[in-house]
Amino acid sequence: MSEKRATAYDSKIEGNMIFTRFDAALNWVRKNSLWPMPMGLACCAIELMATAASRFDIARFGAEVMRFSPRQCDVMIVAGTVTYKMALAVKRIYEQMPEPKWVIAMGACASTGGMYRSYATLQGIDQLIPVDVYISGCPPRPEALLAGLMKLQEKISRHQSFRDQKPKLTEKLEEMLAS
Amino acid sequence: MTSQEARESLSNSFGGKIQRETEFRGETSFTIAASDLHEIAKFCRDELSFDYLLDITSIDNFGEDPRFEIVYHLYSMPHGVHLRLKLRVPEELGAVDTISDIWPTANWHEREAYDMMGIKFNGHLDLRRILMWDGYPYFPLRKDFPLEGLPSEMPDVAFTKVTPMEGGPFVTVPSSAGSKDREPRAHPPEL
Repeated sequence: MSEKRATAYDSKIEGNMIFTRFDAALNWVRKNSLWPMPMGLACCAIELMATAASRFDIARFGAEVMRFSPRQCDVMIVAGTVTYKMALAVKRIYEQMPEPKWVIAMGACASTGGMYRSYATLQGIDQLIPVDVYISGCPPRPEALLAGLMKLQEKISRHQSFRDQKPKLTEKLEEMLAS
Repeated sequence: MTSQEARESLSNSFGGKIQRETEFRGETSFTIAASDLHEIAKFCRDELSFDYLLDITSIDNFGEDPRFEIVYHLYSMPHGVHLRLKLRVPEELGAVDTISDIWPTANWHEREAYDMMGIKFNGHLDLRRILMWDGYPYFPLRKDFPLEGLPSEMPDVAFTKVTPMEGGPFVTVPSSAGSKDREPRAHPPEL
């Protein structure tokens, strides 16, 4: 019989027990089920729709559940030109999203105002809300959006949620482990 | 009815009121006084079958008096004929009558002219801003309004900031220099 390497997850012993770090499990759950808030404001939204459709299939990354209620969303994809008239509405929708939440600035306009250097356009949505991933392009191709989504997944997988939310408890546990 | 017939009919009926008549590529433009607009527009629709108002555009001739020029683009569906009516209006309130009672589509066109240029139309039933928000203090397509905008703030409604202008291809000066030097960015108008 060939020797088997020990793995964290083994289908043969499914239903028994696996060991992992709490953060790793939490991040794994979070990053593979990012429900996007499609904040489609201009032509980037067309590429966002293409990303969601069958050829590019954002469902491969667990982000196919576009929700039009901010209360059910994890990541806001700001796709398009943010005018000053729309700016506070975008901010308000962002504020209605439950924590933890992330923002992708898709395309030149959402990142910096793009070619719209004018009285009517907010020069980048990061002036109002914190942005996690910027995607270049005018508009970016669906591959670029998927690459941005994967970058966000990487970022989420590095997140130390438990440590950040319960610093005292973590300290205590580490002390107990050390002694 | 041809373009020629429409022109003659207008000239016969309003000979004294037509200040200038220009022809370009078979399309006619009449320059008229602002006070005659309503009468002439009604004649154009009822007698000359210009049943479609294509657009209303406005021009800011900053520094001249009267300052603004409004152009009405008319079209006759049954005859396929274009006609333009041009008139000059000063900045003061109520310089020109609305024609939204003649062509209902003028309602929103006039609101846009008001929003962007600040031209106020007499007798308009609903002269509110159409693109910018109510309470925005400027008229952004006027020549003395800088491209980068002016700061404004309406709590809980909207705000604007001055846009940094460096690094954008807005003004191109012809020369043999590279594109970086040839495009020395937008500059505010010299007032």
